[in-house]
Amino acid sequence: MEPIISFKDFGFKYSVQKEPTLHHIDLDIYPGEKILIAGPSGCGKSTLVSCLNGLAPFAYAGEYTGSLKIRGREARDTDIFERSKVIGTVLQDSDAQFVGLTVAEDIAFALENDQVEVDAMHERVREVAGLVNVQGHLQHAPGDLSGGQKQRVSLAGVLVDDVDVLLFDEPLANLDPATGESAIELIDRIGRDGGKTVIIIEHRLEDVLHRDIDRVILMDEGRILADMSPRELLCSDLLSRTGIREPLYITALKYAGVTVRPDICPEHIETLRLSEDDRAKVRDWFEHLPDPAPNELGEALLDAENISFAYPNGHQALEDISFSVRRGEMTAIAGRNGAGKSTMCKLICGFEKQQKGRILLAGEDAADLSIKERAEHVGYVMQNPNQMISKVFIKDEVGLGLVLRGRSAEEIDAAVEETLKTCSLSPFIDWPVSALSYGQKKRVTIASILSLRPDMIMLDEPTAGQDFRRYTEIMEFLEELNRSGVTVVLITHDMHLMLEYAHRTLVFSEGHLLADDTPAAVLSDPALIEAASLKKTSLYDLAGLCGIGDPKAFTARFIESDRKARRTP
Amino acid sequence: MMNIFNYIERKSPVHAMTGASKLLCLLLWSFGAMSSFDPRFLLGLLLVALVLFKISKIGVKDVQFMLWFTMAFCLLNNLLIYLFSPQHGVEIYGTCHELVHLAGRYNITAEQLLYHLNVVLKYLATIPIVLLFVTTTDPSEFASSLNRIGVNYKIAYSVALALRYIPDIQREYHDITLSLQARGVEMNRKKAALISRLKTASGTLVPLILSSMDRIEVISNAMELRSFGKNKKRTWYRARPFGAWDIGAILLGLAVLLLSVALSAFVNHGRYYNPF
Repeated sequence: MEPIISFKDFGFKYSVQKEPTLHHIDLDIYPGEKILIAGPSGCGKSTLVSCLNGLAPFAYAGEYTGSLKIRGREARDTDIFERSKVIGTVLQDSDAQFVGLTVAEDIAFALENDQVEVDAMHERVREVAGLVNVQGHLQHAPGDLSGGQKQRVSLAGVLVDDVDVLLFDEPLANLDPATGESAIELIDRIGRDGGKTVIIIEHRLEDVLHRDIDRVILMDEGRILADMSPRELLCSDLLSRTGIREPLYITALKYAGVTVRPDICPEHIETLRLSEDDRAKVRDWFEHLPDPAPNELGEALLDAENISFAYPNGHQALEDISFSVRRGEMTAIAGRNGAGKSTMCKLICGFEKQQKGRILLAGEDAADLSIKERAEHVGYVMQNPNQMISKVFIKDEVGLGLVLRGRSAEEIDAAVEETLKTCSLSPFIDWPVSALSYGQKKRVTIASILSLRPDMIMLDEPTAGQDFRRYTEIMEFLEELNRSGVTVVLITHDMHLMLEYAHRTLVFSEGHLLADDTPAAVLSDPALIEAASLKKTSLYDLAGLCGIGDPKAFTARFIESDRKARRTP
Repeated sequence: MMNIFNYIERKSPVHAMTGASKLLCLLLWSFGAMSSFDPRFLLGLLLVALVLFKISKIGVKDVQFMLWFTMAFCLLNNLLIYLFSPQHGVEIYGTCHELVHLAGRYNITAEQLLYHLNVVLKYLATIPIVLLFVTTTDPSEFASSLNRIGVNYKIAYSVALALRYIPDIQREYHDITLSLQARGVEMNRKKAALISRLKTASGTLVPLILSSMDRIEVISNAMELRSFGKNKKRTWYRARPFGAWDIGAILLGLAVLLLSVALSAFVNHGRYYNPF
């Protein structure tokens, strides 16, 4: 069979860069295959995607070397429009790429540009909307839909063209765990039913492997490092070498001393076949681990008492919420989009005022404190660092809060230096912010909040859209801050983040506080998982498989030993 | 949040009309109003416009910001006219009925007052129709109507996208100011002087521009990947045939223009109605 996509000694260099981003890529993809491309950020996988769909060189100027053939045609002889008829791309951030005012118009966008007649267009839109199950929302604004629905609309907008290849750029980045799971199921179904070739770019290996993948292409530093089946990959040590997170149950098996071999079918937890000997090893490992010591609770830093809040449009965002955060804790606030997580933070910062209940900061009623005064107790870090940075130089950005509070120049200099040191940004003190990477910018925004020395910082989705390496970098930094005494509150729907870093999880759903417990307990409670759109961890299933009766204890002990392992590399 | 210049969703016959017929009506109407200096005619237009407003279910409250803005502009315009040519009315109408003498060449004449009345009425006769068009035509209708009257669809679409992003950018501005306030910037009207508030407002510009640039890059990539710009023409999902209201609107526009021309040609013998 002829490959539909064929790279031969392919390379790409952006015009604005000195060195090529891709080197000697040799890769054949055959019709109907399902491929996962994984690799750390900066490995060249996004460039590979851009070369496939034509954004490079048509939107990002640069040069090809070697050969790339798409359906037998040399790519340099085709333009971006011709390629979009063969390869449909679903971009990462569906929110930012909606063009149409309604779902129907957005799906029809490509048809409009191809001058399809109105009646034919309406029919095709209805047909495709049915395929991805959004036919009930055709007249809605895309912005009003849930994360999963948004992604299905973007997929429909690509499917109207009847493309041969579907290219998904980080499809899981903006979805909560449960929605991510159904997205993977949908991609699998659409690919199978339509006989399409599917290419997924993603670093969340375990989540993508929820459905079968034919081959995984592992990239690093602009080269292909491995091209093998998921089974072979999981049995190798390539994942840990490139900094891609391996599935949790695989990590647990390795800790327990079980060798991950092809014959145990390690690619899904559902297909995993362990011998009695392997199971005994896991049980034994579990029984010899100590239960994690309960956290020592400090005094209450923040108390929310019976908070209720409704937006002016009548939407009841929070109802009778009570919880407290203690000094030195790292707490996660979880729940799907619209559950009330962000609203709660706005109330704490004083951006909005609750109608009922009260908030105490260090035992003092916060009602009389202005936004500025509250910021000295609680710092708030927005999700997108670009929304926070208002100065050109790092030094000015980090010192801004102090300048505005009229501190002396020496005091400001000392505090800025100290804060930059904590955030490992000292070498950049005289740099402009624009010269930094995304992760470094994120640290600058955290530094600019920390320079005011708040007792507590709250971060909105600190790792959204980050790959495992940057994610680890950000989270370890936060963990270290936490150890140095800063109380940290994280808003997130990333289960790994909760599980690995948080001491406690507050679960929100539709304006109610459903649970206030350890992450291990939350993620071992099926009813809670369902209500908050979370997902059962594979550790839960592994415990069952090995005949361990207490999956909660298993999860908790695993996390504890994993934390220790991470701290002593 | 305050509505500055945007589509307001209601159910009314004016909303249901196609954008193209509304735009055509708006253009014809404006030409008609702009070319006439007959206060009786302009007053008539104002009354018709108010009736249309009523039909469209758009309230004064919905458009108050734009209304204040244009009224301030109208006032400024009149002030400048008087400052620079206080005798403009006398020149036009050829007579001089002085009512009050002020100083030098500044006096108040009945002719000048009539001229100013005309200018004010022109604003009043056209602004409601413009506001009506803007608030009852959603951005994609707007783009397709611009395209239908001959504007290149790429330009039409960019205009529509810009309009569409106004609420998003307003929201983003709001978020950025909140985070700046948390850093210690005082935005409270009572606590900070206007100058320092303006200074801080300019501080939000950098983050606002940065995040808008990100947005533009993503959206233009998304559009190109879906064939935007491939052909010289495109079709529109929402394209509809003209209905009775559409025909009515175009006829109304035509009537306004014809009446305006007819008044100038046969009744006033010139663009000005001269009672003196």
